Amino acid sequence: MLEPGIEEKTFVLNLGPQHPSTHGVLRILLEMDGEYIAKADPVIGYGHRGHEHMAENRNYLQFLPNMGRVDYLHALAYNQCWCMAVEKLLGITVPERAEFIRVITNELNRITSHLLWFGAYLMDLGAFTPFLYCFDDREHILDLLDRVTGSRLTYCYYRFGGVPSDIDREFIDGCFAFIDRFRSRWKDYDNLVTKNVIFINRTKGVGIITPEMALKYGITGPNLRGSGIPYDIRKSEPYSAYPLFNFEIPIGENGDIFDRYVVRLAEMEQSLRIVEQALVKLPNGPIMAEKVPKRIKPPAGEVYQAVETARGEFGIYIVSQGEVKPYRVKLRVPSFATLSFFPEMAKDNLVADAVANLGSIDVVIPEIDR
Amino acid sequence: MEQLTQFSATELARMIAGLIGVIALVSVNALFLIWMERKVAAHMQLRPGPMEVGPHGAIQTIADAVKLLGKELITPEEVDRPIYLLAPIVVFLPVLLCFLVVPFSQSLIIRDMNVGIVLILAFSTLTVLAILMGGWASNNKYAVFGAFRSVAQNIAYEIPLLLTVMSIILMVGSFRLTDIVAAQSRYWYIFVQPLAFILYIICATAETNRTPFDLPEAESELVAGFHTEYSGMRFALFFLAEYTNMFIVSAVGAVLFLGGWRGPILPGIFWFLIKVYALIFLIMWFRWTFPRVRFDQLITFAWKILIPLAFANLLITALVLKL
Repeated sequence: MLEPGIEEKTFVLNLGPQHPSTHGVLRILLEMDGEYIAKADPVIGYGHRGHEHMAENRNYLQFLPNMGRVDYLHALAYNQCWCMAVEKLLGITVPERAEFIRVITNELNRITSHLLWFGAYLMDLGAFTPFLYCFDDREHILDLLDRVTGSRLTYCYYRFGGVPSDIDREFIDGCFAFIDRFRSRWKDYDNLVTKNVIFINRTKGVGIITPEMALKYGITGPNLRGSGIPYDIRKSEPYSAYPLFNFEIPIGENGDIFDRYVVRLAEMEQSLRIVEQALVKLPNGPIMAEKVPKRIKPPAGEVYQAVETARGEFGIYIVSQGEVKPYRVKLRVPSFATLSFFPEMAKDNLVADAVANLGSIDVVIPEIDR
Repeated sequence: MEQLTQFSATELARMIAGLIGVIALVSVNALFLIWMERKVAAHMQLRPGPMEVGPHGAIQTIADAVKLLGKELITPEEVDRPIYLLAPIVVFLPVLLCFLVVPFSQSLIIRDMNVGIVLILAFSTLTVLAILMGGWASNNKYAVFGAFRSVAQNIAYEIPLLLTVMSIILMVGSFRLTDIVAAQSRYWYIFVQPLAFILYIICATAETNRTPFDLPEAESELVAGFHTEYSGMRFALFFLAEYTNMFIVSAVGAVLFLGGWRGPILPGIFWFLIKVYALIFLIMWFRWTFPRVRFDQLITFAWKILIPLAFANLLITALVLKL
């Protein structure tokens, strides 16, 4: 720091919106004191599309594809949230097989999201190679999901009352093959990255989110669990078929980047466990509820539904006035809360750490901008 | 340098031949190295790499070079023009000069100077000046960051590099590169000085600004670092200098530790090139398997670990020689 009496001079470094490591169109104004950050100011809204307003001008089914665009990396969880919220309004019960299929596809999608984070994050740290290994693994899941959902990224698969198409034998075999393959690959990742001394030096004790701060800012998901708070909607407010499966919530201790990394890596294994159990227990039966009205016109009322996405708690609040279009829809996105904490995290750190921090909180920009 | 006084026609012919040889070597080597880097990276990343242009993409780099030649040379408005234009040339000259004393084989050496190793070390340090010039003149915050990092890093890593080279010089008793090779007639110095070799490779990686020490051009932090504002052939010159630098540090490494051109059956030049490219492969291997260190960690590593180790190594060498 500077001696007293010397005028402190800082300058502004504009990080983004097209910087290689802002992952989308995020812009951060960094007030720099040499290589140290004096103040970080995220500028959001470059990808604003007005999803909430669109919801007010479309009917319930028409808004469904929008959900895959809010967070393109874990689109199925967002699909599921919208479907569950509308089902709650309509009072529809989803058949068990459909719930199982939702859980299987959802967890596979969660693994793709975490894998992409893993690869992109290491690229932020300067290691290029893991990125391509992750994409190689991710490709297998995308092929599987492509088979059932018909798309590879912005899925729109769930429907009110169930799922439109059933999974087949080939998908199930493919899943088991992937689980075997990924378990051995996972060990490689763990060996090569978790124990790499450069990686440990860059991540341990850096970008700490204390439990108090996490709660104050409303941070959820792996970022919260990295700080040691075992909060996961799948456990705390169980939905869909999740109560039927055994899985753990991995938590960290210090809330630093390394802990968040370990939590995400462990979550992939837990997702594999859920998929495995769901495939074994998969019941027979219909995949669509019987009494789904052709014209969705829910009764007047308000409903809130939250799901656990790869980034944390995603919630939808719908106000219905008994029309074909919702009166108001509010999307509670996890990345927004996480990014709000970023200025505190980046303060008095190096630029390199700011990049490492930004990567470690795994924000998806379209989700923040909505 | 008594040779300079005996300037004659044969000397002139020798100089011109040397110059042409060096320039040919530098360009062919850079083309080959870029192709090699792509292939090494690709195979480490489970992909084939360039395959389309030529057999296994062998002339892909030529296609890229032609593309770069055809690009417009953009000079941004706010740059410090003279320095901005000079930097790509300055970065390249010292690298060329280093080739003067590199012994490719017993006889294939342009000028066998008695201060060979000093000359190489002195000229390779000049690269940092060019980087500073380029970064400063670009008038771009990211470029300045990259340039400053480069200076701090090069000063930090120059010292252990010199100290490790010194321990070899102590054993040989000569700065002449051919003498160093001759001294390794019975055994390579890598077996006597393994620590020095490890230190040398670490410092050489840092000197050439490559991962895990590629902070001056850390893509995820500084966009492209010091050459952010350069385009077309000017950028290509920085790129070329980086790869040629890699060749130089590997060549010095081969001379100091791997016995230079010495080896059975094959002619000396082949052995020399095999050793050089093996070292280059090692440096490439680092790049595609390691994450990047943080700037403060990099400097701490140099001053607190490498320099004391290099000093200890030097002292032990001196002590052993004295006994």
